[in-house]
Amino acid sequence: MNNEITGAEIVLKSLAEQGVEVVFGYPGGAVLPIYDTLFKQNSIKHILVRQEGGAIHAAEGYARSTGKTGVVLVTSGPGATNVVTGLTDAMMDSVPIVCITGQVPQHLIGSDAFQECDTTGITRPCTKHNYLVKDVNKLSSVFHEAFTIAQNGRPGPVLIDIPKDVQFASGTYEEKNKIIIPSHRLFEPSPDFEKNKIEEAVELISQAKKPIFYIGGGCINSGPKASQLVREFINMVGSPVTMTLMGLGVVGSSDKNSLGMLGMHGMYEANMAMHECDVMINIGARFDDRVTGRLDAFSPNSKKIHIDIDESNINKTINVDIPIIGDVKQVVEKMISIWKDKKYKIHTDSLKLWWDKINKWKEVDCLNYNNEGKQIKPQHAVQRLYELTKNTKTFITTEVGQHQMWAAQFYKFEEPNRWLTSGGLGTMGYGFPAAIGAQVGHPDALVVDIAGDASILMNIQEMSTAVQYRLPVKIFILNNEYMGMVRQWQELLHGGRYSESYTDSLPDFVKLAESYKAVGLRAKTSDELDDVITQMIETKNTVIADIWVTKEENCFPMIQSGSAHNEMMLSKDQKQDKKSAEKGKILV
Amino acid sequence: MNKSVYASPDQVSETKRHILTVLVDNEPGVLARVIGMFSGRGYNIDSLNVAEVSNDENISRITIVTHGTSEVVSQIEKQLLRIVPVHSVTNLDQEGSSVEAEVALVYIYISDTNKKKVYQLCDLYRARKIENENNTTIFEIAGASERVNRFIKEINEITKVEIVRSGPVAISSIQKNEEE
Repeated sequence: MNNEITGAEIVLKSLAEQGVEVVFGYPGGAVLPIYDTLFKQNSIKHILVRQEGGAIHAAEGYARSTGKTGVVLVTSGPGATNVVTGLTDAMMDSVPIVCITGQVPQHLIGSDAFQECDTTGITRPCTKHNYLVKDVNKLSSVFHEAFTIAQNGRPGPVLIDIPKDVQFASGTYEEKNKIIIPSHRLFEPSPDFEKNKIEEAVELISQAKKPIFYIGGGCINSGPKASQLVREFINMVGSPVTMTLMGLGVVGSSDKNSLGMLGMHGMYEANMAMHECDVMINIGARFDDRVTGRLDAFSPNSKKIHIDIDESNINKTINVDIPIIGDVKQVVEKMISIWKDKKYKIHTDSLKLWWDKINKWKEVDCLNYNNEGKQIKPQHAVQRLYELTKNTKTFITTEVGQHQMWAAQFYKFEEPNRWLTSGGLGTMGYGFPAAIGAQVGHPDALVVDIAGDASILMNIQEMSTAVQYRLPVKIFILNNEYMGMVRQWQELLHGGRYSESYTDSLPDFVKLAESYKAVGLRAKTSDELDDVITQMIETKNTVIADIWVTKEENCFPMIQSGSAHNEMMLSKDQKQDKKSAEKGKILV
Repeated sequence: MNKSVYASPDQVSETKRHILTVLVDNEPGVLARVIGMFSGRGYNIDSLNVAEVSNDENISRITIVTHGTSEVVSQIEKQLLRIVPVHSVTNLDQEGSSVEAEVALVYIYISDTNKKKVYQLCDLYRARKIENENNTTIFEIAGASERVNRFIKEINEITKVEIVRSGPVAISSIQKNEEE
């Protein structure tokens, strides 16, 4: 019996066996055989985007909101090069993605054929791993390995480049459980991994007088159970906790131990606590430069514990005392059991003194802003959005810039996987397609992209996608007619010379929405804001809400580049000393 | 430690030469992955050597000579281990003892006046003359890089030469049990 099928059929069969429900893509010459096979089946849904860059951000949004692997299907040449930004974004933020690209037939590879590019060469540094599949009989094993690698250890994007002749060729399909992946290609910690270091770490925590937990996106990648365990452990210790931009939601905003976000635009109390702590417990964060500020003044008097699944993050920028390599869920579970077994308890009096100090810092009220006047303050807009959506199952995505930081500061997250933002790469244009992906994964939830007027234009073409699939995504534009964060840096560091940061000739966003047969709303003054937000939520259609906010608002607090955690700027009037401002200017 | 402008100024550890030996699956693109990591992250490759070492298992050994502070080299090792087809990374300088060798082929411009000196020097360094169909003077010298350097310096003082060097390969000299 001949049980051979075509390469294109193997692709679809592999996806089905991996449990893939949806693929984000855009057809083209070199993937036509796969699209033809897609046409003949019903189990996998395809979302047609309007530019490949949108497909991969949508897959990222889908992956981060559902915990599943996002799948992208694009053609050779420009199809492949258009996903490079998204692959890099997924690499930086550890998002599991499998990206399938078509390639010209093998006999044309290297001949500068139409729509040919060296896809595996171009994407090598921006994928966890990639493949050029030349043998149709290896196609299924490559797919199964790719899905495993994308999810295993520190997740990331994997790309599979398939020449057109391989898609047409016949070969045999191998099932997932028949594929053996050699252990060196994966990260598999044994149960007793790092046992001694974990014991040492728990003992150190128990002796702390001024502990702080510093939580990152790794806790979210480790699954919802990890967030639960982290909350449980922090509660047992009674320690304050701060989260990175990627870690928001691991511990609820309303949790009594939470100090909110830390870093460049983080909370004053969080950064001060990081600076003065005596034991720092980093769980799934990587001492990013947006978090640490000036390295030689970073938390100078603390012992540092660092739990990370990626060993290369250990001592990369900050030297730590106890590194623990492993999955957050497993490590924290062990920490909890050791804490219980040994009946550890932090010294109550010193913990109280520590909290007293922190509560003093809280009194600074660092997010305070002047909310007078008829014009809408961007911070106020996000606060109202939060108040009016907090009782609904809501996913928030963002683009990149001031609005992103205001969203992180003023929208309160109580659960993991509800907050999708481009952290590492800082990709403008991420939020809207990511919202599309999140809505595909959660058809009944409210999905809001908090956007800026500049960022939203970077992937505005996806309006067409959202409307085609009846995805009721809400775009909430904080419109100040500026690239706000660029303008802010120009104001603070470049003498107020607003070089090219004003966006002239913005579209009329209401009419723009209407031209796509979506709904456009606008709020020009504070008294219109609540009505617009309520109407936006209640509309069962794609909505653009154009919120006109004050144009020259700055995002504070702020640690300027080159400064330390205890040198925060709380307002514009508080100028940084000139020397360190000059030094900081060369940093990003 | 990274070399970014954020790096703390108090790093004091000195820059040293290190030999890394990397076992990899012999699959397409694996060398590009390894050297791309070096160029992409701003590390140095002083020399590089690749060859398949076991036919049946399809494994290649890459020997890389690099230099950097111990922090930089430790980061290089960890970044190499992230690459999917990499089996293992060994820093031979940390292993304690290892032996290294490289091969150089030297084309020597020879004349009646320098002939005697050249042969004497080659003899001293145990460089071996390689017979070839054009009957030109080509010598092969093998050994530690230092020795090859000295030979080249001295032969250069006598006459004009053309040189090709393999760059060092190295192996740990620590006793191992056969089962391992």
